[in-house]
Amino acid sequence: MALEINGTTYEQDEEGYLVDLGSWNADVATALAAEEDVELTDEHWDIINFLREYYEEYQIAPAVRVLTKAVGKRLGKEKGNSKYLYSLFPYGPGKQACKYAGLPKPTGCV
Amino acid sequence: MADYETPELSSDDGLVDVPALVPDTMVGKGPYISKPEFQEGMNFPSDIEQDEDGNWSLIPNWKEEALNKLDDLRGRYRSLQVYLDICVKCGACTDKCHYYIGTSDPKNMPVARQDLLRKVYRRYFTFAGKYFPKLVGAVDLTEEVVDDWYNYYHQCSQCRRCSVFCPYGIDTAEVSMAAREILNHIGRGQKYCTEIMGKVYKIGNNLGLPQAALADTLEGLEEDIEDETGVPVKLPLDQHGADILLITPSADFFAEPHVDGLMGYAKVFHELGLSWTLSSYASEGANFGMFIGSYENMRKISMRIRKAAQDLGVKRIVFGECGHAWRVAYSFLNTLAGPFDFLDQRYPVPQHVLEITWPALRDGKLNIDKSRNDDMTLTFHDSCNVARGSRMGEEEGGQFDVPRNVIKAVCNNYVDMPADTTKDATFCCGGGGGILTDDLMDIRVKGAQPRMQALKHVTDNHGVTHMAAICAICKSQFTKVIPYYGFTMDQIVSVHQLVSSALILTGQVDEDEDGE
Repeated sequence: MALEINGTTYEQDEEGYLVDLGSWNADVATALAAEEDVELTDEHWDIINFLREYYEEYQIAPAVRVLTKAVGKRLGKEKGNSKYLYSLFPYGPGKQACKYAGLPKPTGCV
Repeated sequence: MADYETPELSSDDGLVDVPALVPDTMVGKGPYISKPEFQEGMNFPSDIEQDEDGNWSLIPNWKEEALNKLDDLRGRYRSLQVYLDICVKCGACTDKCHYYIGTSDPKNMPVARQDLLRKVYRRYFTFAGKYFPKLVGAVDLTEEVVDDWYNYYHQCSQCRRCSVFCPYGIDTAEVSMAAREILNHIGRGQKYCTEIMGKVYKIGNNLGLPQAALADTLEGLEEDIEDETGVPVKLPLDQHGADILLITPSADFFAEPHVDGLMGYAKVFHELGLSWTLSSYASEGANFGMFIGSYENMRKISMRIRKAAQDLGVKRIVFGECGHAWRVAYSFLNTLAGPFDFLDQRYPVPQHVLEITWPALRDGKLNIDKSRNDDMTLTFHDSCNVARGSRMGEEEGGQFDVPRNVIKAVCNNYVDMPADTTKDATFCCGGGGGILTDDLMDIRVKGAQPRMQALKHVTDNHGVTHMAAICAICKSQFTKVIPYYGFTMDQIVSVHQLVSSALILTGQVDEDEDGE
């Protein structure tokens, strides 16, 4: 599987996750979301940017609770819950948002 | 939600009628195949190649290796040899499998699924099969047979419900595990399991959660508990000299409602004054080595727990809410990774966290306000590996009673689901045994039908609002699939989450009373 944007090819794994995390850019996120009929809004980008920052520091996506807490702190308490995140990323914030952010998929019993 | 054909539910008696056979409804390629890099990590053969269409080959001498492995396994496990020989096709198991009930595919009848392996065994290892194969239903081992193995042995969650009803006690899970172990050795491992175990070896857990991220996550949970209660409850990591090493599934650090359960364990330990720690080296309770039938890998993962216990100098090992972690722990840990003569022998080795919480509740050592859970009416989902693969507490049937006792001690409203769907007749959540992966979503949704039907029954007739579970896989599987059946994901809760809500810590100041 691969994504073709402006003449550049981005390799994806079987599930559509980016193989080379370093090759990610904003266009890739937009294209990955478009594949699932999602149009990225500022609200999506807030989450995607946080995921990338967290990954940069810890080499893993944040736990759901870490994410909801951070969102609550940044965007207001009413948004600091999984319901809000699922409204943006209906397949699950952990997996869907990670995909758009170019991070590997969280694995295990999750 | 992606589109899957979701079976219709009725709330009449909580049981699904046995469906008429619809051959080949679940024929397919099976889950994603383990790539060479993941195979190598498991010490499995990796000389497989991908063609232009993305299909993977088997290893060059796959047929010989498959038969060698089958011969090896039947020699290693007397049980497997017996199970291959003694089935009389009585049919008692046919309608007991949640995957058969949910899919109508006859190859998901446990006897038929087992026979995919048995018919090859007969062809090469029995007198009648060698000389009169057609008379005894023996077949040659071909690539088509291997494809069927790969597909249908990943439509078995090794839950062992069929075994409860088998008059001979044939353990289907062992046959499935053997089949997967043969597949591992001919280049057809399952990506989901092998990738995850690779992370355990490299990082310490299925998630690939490194020490720094784990420490940060735990710190965040400490803050949350203190914000809520005003009590500084700790979640210690790598603390040398602690009494208890807590081994829990890494999903407890990451997912919901799992994490609420983890906070519950921490509050119980705190309130009982127990000294405990987590280990970043053994930050995983789950042992996927069992799912793929690999004794060597199951042992290697278990040895990490032993090493962590020795390195940290603990006296006890306690397991959190994880179904098959508890099966491996309760049933195999002492022979896999023992002897544990360096632990305090006055306590069970290993011990389940519920075996700490229940006696404490029973003896009134925890200050409980049950009314704090009055917004819910609970039911309990018996996890297959706990119900049929282990025990808990001192009494027979403790694995059924201890979790229920705990729920009833912290909640006023509790209703059981119909008897044919609970305790040792419990239905699998549909995601156990290495099936909890997105590429198997179709079978996961369909396999959940019997449990969903039972839940619907108690919801519609007895006002049940929430279902509690003590297994990370059950919790993740249900939160993912119940929306397909018209429920909402927050209806699934951890048992220790209920304890946590009702438990009033010494010195607790509730958020609202604090004027916040």
